[in-house]
Amino acid sequence: MIVTTLDIGPDEFAAATGWEIKPEGACKGEVCVPLGSGEFAAVAAAERLGMAIVHDAANERWSIGPETIGDRALVTAEAPELVLDDLDGEEFRLSSLRGQKVVIVSWAPY
Amino acid sequence: MELSGPDASRALIEAASPEHPSLLDPTHRMDALFGVVNIPNVVWVDEDGMIVRPPEPGWPEGRMELPDDMMAAIPELGAAPSAPAPPDGGPGQWDVLGSGQERTGYASALRDWVRNGADSVYALSPDEVVARSQPRSTDASAGAAHFELANRLWTEGDRSAAIGHFNECHRLQPDNWTYKRQAWSLLGRERVGGKYGQFVQAPVKGEEADWPFASDFTSDVVNTEIGAYYPKTL
Repeated sequence: MIVTTLDIGPDEFAAATGWEIKPEGACKGEVCVPLGSGEFAAVAAAERLGMAIVHDAANERWSIGPETIGDRALVTAEAPELVLDDLDGEEFRLSSLRGQKVVIVSWAPY
Repeated sequence: MELSGPDASRALIEAASPEHPSLLDPTHRMDALFGVVNIPNVVWVDEDGMIVRPPEPGWPEGRMELPDDMMAAIPELGAAPSAPAPPDGGPGQWDVLGSGQERTGYASALRDWVRNGADSVYALSPDEVVARSQPRSTDASAGAAHFELANRLWTEGDRSAAIGHFNECHRLQPDNWTYKRQAWSLLGRERVGGKYGQFVQAPVKGEEADWPFASDFTSDVVNTEIGAYYPKTL
């Protein structure tokens, strides 16, 4: 996720990373990582989840990478929510296919 | 997974006119969320929203051939000045690209799961799914952060800054082929153009000094072990 300030709230953090901030900590599927008490702090949460933070000072932006806890791309087999647009700009959610088997094929025109 | 916008993919999707949703992933969310590092990659998700096979190389049935006019449209290519040299006695590009994953049986495995669900021998347990997902180190997370910056800056027109971040993400996660192919193809599309320009992922012969990336497609492929480009998972 790219931000112009690291002072972001839990909702923005969750929307971009898939990690929801709950009383028990940062949670994705059945996995919850305790964040400690006190007000939510994005930098502390990112550190706890093993997310790299890269600062592009010239462009006054930070970029937060994905989590690395468990040293694997997936921390749970529960499919993350994937929200992408189609060719017409219509938003599509992976979760809208719940109840069906789904095969996601990633490709590129290169 | 293409940052250039819908028109880069529109003709292909419209020609196929699929019944299933076709979605644009300009920021490579499939990489960050699922761990896709090359294309084509396939993920299976069951009716309860549980992944039963993490990203892996997969193809439809039938042999796929390159279009007849494609190779003729691609000019003679050189190598990035800083690219690794081909290893002595190493494999050729097509040896590496054709190795690894079971291609002809992939669709059969998928059909087996569609028929048998959790009883399919190809359906993995949740623990296996996590364990078989792509390794992700702190460097890989930093690579993803650099890629996202590169993507955003390129889209905004700050090419110099974007290329710096592209090179950094390539260095930090060298086995992420979508990061590389995405970046290299941007220049191929610009410099060669036409129907196949995006497949030019190296400097045109004689223009090597003007190639801003640390490596190129052929140089990296021939330095990849047999079986490692499309790892066998079936």
